[in-house]
Amino acid sequence: MSHTAPPSSSWWARHQKTIAPWLFLAPALVMFGVYVIAPIFESMALSLYDWDGLGTPKFVGLQNYFDLWDDPDFWMSLKNNLIWIFGFMLAVPAGLFLALFLNQTVFGIRLFKSLFFFPFVISQVVLGLVFSWFYDPSNGLLALVFTSLGLEPLAVLSDDTIVTYGIVVAGLYPQIAYCMILYLTGLNGVRPDLIEAARLEGARGWTMLWRVVLPQLRPATFIAVVVTIIGSLRSFDMISIMTQGGPYGSSRVLAYYMYEVALSEYGYRMGYGTAIATVLFFIMLVYIGFVLRRIYRQEQES
Amino acid sequence: MKFKLKTLALGAALSLGTLVAHAGVITLNTDASDPAPKAAFEALVKSFEAANPGITVKVNTFDHEGYKTSIRNFLTADAPDVVNWYAGNRMAPFVDAGLFEDVSDVWKAEGLEKTLASAAPSMTQNGKQWGIPYTYYQWGVYYRKDIFDKLGIAEPKNWEQLVAASKKLKENKIAPFAIGTKATWTTGGWFDYMNLRVNGYQFHMDLTAGKVPYTDKRVAAVFDKWDDLVKPGYYMDNHASYQWQEALPAFVKGDAAMYLMGNFAVAPMREAGLKDEQIGFMQFPEITKGLPMAEDAPTDTVHIPAKAKNKADARKFLAYIASAKAQSEMNKTLGQLPVNNQSASPDDKFLKAGFSMLSSAKGLAQFYDRDASAEMAKAGMDGFQEYMLKPERRDAILKRLETVRKRAYK
Amino acid sequence: MFPTPIEKASGTTRWLYKVALPISMVLWLLPIIAVMLTSIRGQADLTNGNYWGMPSEWMLIENYSAVFQNTPMVQYVLNSFYVTIPTVIGTVVLSTLAGFALGTYRFKLNMVVFLLFVGGNFVPFQILMIPVRELTLKMGMYDSTMGLVMFHIAFQTGFATFFLRNFIRDLPYELIEAARIEGASEWQIFHRVVLPLVRPAVAAVAVLIFTFIWNDYFWATVLIQGDHAMPVTGGLKSLNGQWVAQWQLVSAGSILAAMPPVIIFFLLQKQFIAGLTVGATKG
Repeated sequence: MSHTAPPSSSWWARHQKTIAPWLFLAPALVMFGVYVIAPIFESMALSLYDWDGLGTPKFVGLQNYFDLWDDPDFWMSLKNNLIWIFGFMLAVPAGLFLALFLNQTVFGIRLFKSLFFFPFVISQVVLGLVFSWFYDPSNGLLALVFTSLGLEPLAVLSDDTIVTYGIVVAGLYPQIAYCMILYLTGLNGVRPDLIEAARLEGARGWTMLWRVVLPQLRPATFIAVVVTIIGSLRSFDMISIMTQGGPYGSSRVLAYYMYEVALSEYGYRMGYGTAIATVLFFIMLVYIGFVLRRIYRQEQES
Repeated sequence: MKFKLKTLALGAALSLGTLVAHAGVITLNTDASDPAPKAAFEALVKSFEAANPGITVKVNTFDHEGYKTSIRNFLTADAPDVVNWYAGNRMAPFVDAGLFEDVSDVWKAEGLEKTLASAAPSMTQNGKQWGIPYTYYQWGVYYRKDIFDKLGIAEPKNWEQLVAASKKLKENKIAPFAIGTKATWTTGGWFDYMNLRVNGYQFHMDLTAGKVPYTDKRVAAVFDKWDDLVKPGYYMDNHASYQWQEALPAFVKGDAAMYLMGNFAVAPMREAGLKDEQIGFMQFPEITKGLPMAEDAPTDTVHIPAKAKNKADARKFLAYIASAKAQSEMNKTLGQLPVNNQSASPDDKFLKAGFSMLSSAKGLAQFYDRDASAEMAKAGMDGFQEYMLKPERRDAILKRLETVRKRAYK
Repeated sequence: MFPTPIEKASGTTRWLYKVALPISMVLWLLPIIAVMLTSIRGQADLTNGNYWGMPSEWMLIENYSAVFQNTPMVQYVLNSFYVTIPTVIGTVVLSTLAGFALGTYRFKLNMVVFLLFVGGNFVPFQILMIPVRELTLKMGMYDSTMGLVMFHIAFQTGFATFFLRNFIRDLPYELIEAARIEGASEWQIFHRVVLPLVRPAVAAVAVLIFTFIWNDYFWATVLIQGDHAMPVTGGLKSLNGQWVAQWQLVSAGSILAAMPPVIIFFLLQKQFIAGLTVGATKG
């Protein structure tokens, strides 16, 4: 393994340690810079233009943002984003509940755990299709249940008051599985000595969960909340599959509305689309900043 | 001197060589991905090549939906010589961006103002023609003749009769109208016909061109009439949950009795087992008395991209597809109507009815989503869908559409 | 252990638990079981409204062969592999290099670069959509699997670098120091010392990225138009549009589309979960 560097590369030998990291980083940095970092700023710049994707972009200043302010569809999408965030949050306690339910060592439990996790592995496109059949007002399972109870079947996906909740439920399905697996891993790391000590002091059930277990699960909870919020703001696939934003745009979220405005058959308002994306980006930036700060602190400590 | 001559000859040979290579081939980008259009184009290319020895046509077929976005890319980047597209306002962005070639010369040389007269207005922009229409099809009300006969309902000729027929059907537990509005464009057909029958062709064209506010009294009048069908619930239940094909079984089973649709709906009706005697076709009934009748007839077209390489041969192709012979053959395969009025008239029952209806039409609309600008069309059709589900929100919807109109047509 | 191990509970509770487990699992997987059942139904069941009961006839072979013969499903599945496999390889290469750089060297901008990769990973796709589309068009890779691969590699590199960097940093630093003293070049340290040790982490990243990319739908719709390059998720969507009332065929297609990640998951479950739950126990 040992060999002496030839004299001609002595400069290289001296500086190897300072240059090497950048050489190792270069390919990843270039790709990431070109495809992820630069586009963020390009989008922000483009949001100041009026462009149909064909001619030359026309500078319009903040006009796209003023239009957004007056656009009821934008506010509807934003409101739905809020519904998504709050609805999606149910995945965290539900995942915890499932994890507690499955955190046993009976025969075959590993198989059960992986089967419960299963929905997360499947494409959202497939799940979206399944749930739209489930909601079908004439033949869907939900309609059958309603009719057998003597009720009028609910047309979930074409009723503007409940459509978003209907899609959120579909989205929760894989998300609960995700949170469950995070908590199962977290529960593995819970210290048995603390549990035993609390048990000796008479802590049981809820008290034990609140006072002893949950504080130890804080890292898992943190990650579960982060991925759930990010996931809810990214919701696109299910909406695209289940309703395409309908009926009359009442199930759109910002991510979907942006796509529709910019690239759908009736779209090609690139500047307006990037303005929506920019708003979405700044909303997300709050969380990104939050996460980065936490990671930064952790790094400083260690 | 000798040397110079040689290079000259070489140069000539080279340019001739490239010329021949270009002259030989035209590329055609088409969205004819469904079986019938695909076959029609294959046959057309074959007969064109036979009639023009030395020219070969290279066909690139695109997915029908994907084509609507990819055309924007290849027109600007790597343009073929001929492309498929649609007439009316759908053509406008490409004409405005200078991406389509002016083909008025082909129209003049072939006398197309006469033979393609019915579609000429929708191909003309800034006084020039930008492409060739080769097929269209009629819209109208398909109805279950057997059900009408059983209940003793005669084919409605005017609005009052249509409403009365609907009432009777509803009393017999049959939904008067099948419709699926999950993809909202189907509502555009209803709005088009209501507006064409209440206010007439010119007003409809002005409205879709963005010249009239949606808060205009005349637009309100359209919805006053539409209320006659929406408020009593004459459209089938849960229509916003279904695509147009998913609404078809209701019509086939006899749970719904009428279907305002384009003629392309006939093929799946037949496939599902309906006999021709069971299906009736009628022109959308008169609403405002004495108003000349105009129809929806979406037209498919071919164009030459401004950046095409072999425009000379592309023009020959356009002239060919404009001819009565080519259009008769193509439309036989397509199951649609030729635009060229010298073409052989079709023998299919529904096409025959459509042919005579369209040839006596006062004017032809392209369909709401082709006549209105893209942004307006999307908002409009969303609005119509909302109205059909929540008619009480009409005023708010129209106000919103007016905001969109102001922005989209500024 | 929490909750109390069920072995310590009374006989009835234990018995109840063992019954509740399979029942709750069936309920939980009901949507997936329904697709499986639908995929082997005949058209008659669907026309008669028997969507959720027992199939009246078993059309397993017929439906699946119909999917293969009458649709571009084979093409879609192949395209998904053309996209997924190069992406996994490319991402692993780039992020191992970058993770090594960030995990073993102390230099001024280390933390900034690291946070850049982590932060970029959470960015909403929509803000990248139009510029990435334009870029792909300009490079002549629009509507090709290659264009999709390029973007996926770039984006996934963020997450993978984060993961590998943490893993590499936890390796014993003495190993690297020792190699350096022996005169190994930086490349040799990476190649001979670190690379053999990161294999388990690479496996975890690879499995996870395979699943993410296989299931990607958004970028497929943005960067791909035609069947010739469309991955299976986008393909399913268009199949659903064409076969509006033929749920049995769409179901069969869905099952096929879901197979590869499911198989990978069951084979490499440990790696998959290790990749997914990074950070769930510490910090």
